[in-house]
Amino acid sequence: MSDTPTERDVPSGSASARVRRVLFATVLRFAAVGRSIAALAIAVAIISIVLLALGASPIAVFADLWQGAFGNWLAATDTLVKSTPLVFTGLAIAVAFQGALWNIGADGQLVMGALAAGAIGPALGGWAHPIAIFAMLAVGAAGGAVWGGFAGWLRARREVNEVISTIMLNFVAAQVLSWAVHGPLMEPSGDYPKSVVIADSAKLAFYLAPSRLNLGMVLALILAVGCHLALFHGEAGLELRALGRSRRASAFFGIPIRRLTVGAMALSGALAGVGGAVQVSAITHRLYETMSPGWGYEAIAVALVARLNPLAIVPAAILFGALDNGSQAMQRADAVSPVLVNVIQGLVIIILIAFDAATARGMRTAFFGALDAAPRSDGPPAEVGDA
Amino acid sequence: MLESFLASTVAMATPILLAALGELIVERSGVLNIGIEGAMLVGAFCGFAVAYYGSSIALGLIAACAAAVALNALLAVLLVNFAVNQVVAGTAIDILALGLTGVFYRRWFGETGSAFTITPMSPIALGPLARIPLIGPVLFDQSALVYLAFVLVPIVAIAISRTRYGLELRAAGERPEAADALGLGVYRLRWQAMMIAGVLSGLAGAYLTMADTNTFVEGVTAGRGYVALSIVIVGRWNAWGVAAAAMLFGGAMALQFGLQAFGTAIPYQFFLALPYALTIAVLAFMGGQADSPSALGEPYIS
Repeated sequence: MSDTPTERDVPSGSASARVRRVLFATVLRFAAVGRSIAALAIAVAIISIVLLALGASPIAVFADLWQGAFGNWLAATDTLVKSTPLVFTGLAIAVAFQGALWNIGADGQLVMGALAAGAIGPALGGWAHPIAIFAMLAVGAAGGAVWGGFAGWLRARREVNEVISTIMLNFVAAQVLSWAVHGPLMEPSGDYPKSVVIADSAKLAFYLAPSRLNLGMVLALILAVGCHLALFHGEAGLELRALGRSRRASAFFGIPIRRLTVGAMALSGALAGVGGAVQVSAITHRLYETMSPGWGYEAIAVALVARLNPLAIVPAAILFGALDNGSQAMQRADAVSPVLVNVIQGLVIIILIAFDAATARGMRTAFFGALDAAPRSDGPPAEVGDA
Repeated sequence: MLESFLASTVAMATPILLAALGELIVERSGVLNIGIEGAMLVGAFCGFAVAYYGSSIALGLIAACAAAVALNALLAVLLVNFAVNQVVAGTAIDILALGLTGVFYRRWFGETGSAFTITPMSPIALGPLARIPLIGPVLFDQSALVYLAFVLVPIVAIAISRTRYGLELRAAGERPEAADALGLGVYRLRWQAMMIAGVLSGLAGAYLTMADTNTFVEGVTAGRGYVALSIVIVGRWNAWGVAAAAMLFGGAMALQFGLQAFGTAIPYQFFLALPYALTIAVLAFMGGQADSPSALGEPYIS
């Protein structure tokens, strides 16, 4: 990954060089999609071997996964519903990783967003529906932004590695949520650790019952477009991507690294936090002891499969949402644990980054000869996301 | 009261100390090994599974080390040979380990929820030392892995700072180009460090399921690998500092038992969150990565 080729690696000059430049860019774009698909295919092959070792039939397992994810109308709509949090967390990861800010804390940020929304939700009874929904989303974004921004501040001002701090904050967030549903937010009957139901005005409606389709996915799509515009057509996005390529060069060009670090981490957290608020508003309607089955970690696989491209996050999230959804059916039919999905996630990430490393030099050599294929001396660390 | 608190401090500190010593060696060679949580988890599971079906603690320990070494070998291919992003690869290894251990656990041990237990490693009392009041039961009546962890502290400290091998390892972590130019073989050094770390993470995981408790639950490591990562920073990449930090965090983890027994008004979640919050606080107040190996986390292509 340290030297994934990009269009910018192409030497400029003669007309034939320009033609090759365009060709190379096109091939790169297709190769990126191809590599994501090939990585999935290899992961499936490895999983099949694991399943055989377990004494389960891979064909039956994958058939049941498909049935559970897309087998009928209800399953397919539920796949979309279960993909929605992954779009939010996937966007959160993409934004942070584009700036080489290794936010492993989308899980905690989502939980804090859900907690904030779940805390105010019951009090929104008298509010007009759109305003109540907006309030839910706003406090959700704020909750996530605080959690992510804090890690950004620690990185910018106290030089605390954000990998460590975000992981630690995940564990802290889980305990804060647990305390809240056992304590201050617990419903009066108090038999079970869950919070008071949110007001009807704060609930996102289901459409096409009995499906659970709701406006959450629409909001996710809007945010995906927004992230794309901000990252690739906005000044702050350009600066953030520059920061991701080379910290030293960014400092040299006067990019406000600290402000950008805090801002990007807060935005990343806000995206995850909105995802948590949507989950409360549309699906759970109250807080439980666990609000995330690991969406923040799964989002890393989503974001990498999408090459950190916000628009590609959506199909990638649906792919992993389908796996999550199908894994329930797989568990019932084949007695294989749904955590098999984790194996797929881990394998896909590993295969993808290995591909990038293995093909980066080879591809450049094929197009421009061996001379240009030499690794650059300063080896910028963050080139995960060449879209 | 104090005695049981100190004893559980040592018990809590041991796995993170073992893992952190391995991480220390890896980081000194220039590699940031986030996969440590996964290696511990795989060690915890394989150690327990083999000890259960093989009815042998020794076989279990060997299996724990072998499994963690195998996982670290996979990670080493990615980190050392492919020079990929170390954070992303390590996180992927952790996710993979969580999935693999979960799938195999439910397949081999069912989902009945009934407890599968082994006879855990018994404490070995060190003769008269174990009879010293307070200190005896805390320090000298523990399982072999506890003694190993504490014996390893001076060994690792001396190996890193006073031996030729330690010097080579540090060269790989500070100036890999220079180390390669001198013919030290950065890839070889980093591979070896990853293998040593594999053994230590395997033992750290095994301690959780074969000494501290007698059973495996999914995700049993519960972030201890990440705490070990932080402890290396808090300990300033120095074995003595790492040991001190491990005891501090062991104490923070042990508090939950002590104070819960007291029946304080403080919610128990506070104590469960304390080690993680403490990690953040300590790192924030210590600030700075100034003492870290210069090439730590940088992919290196020779």
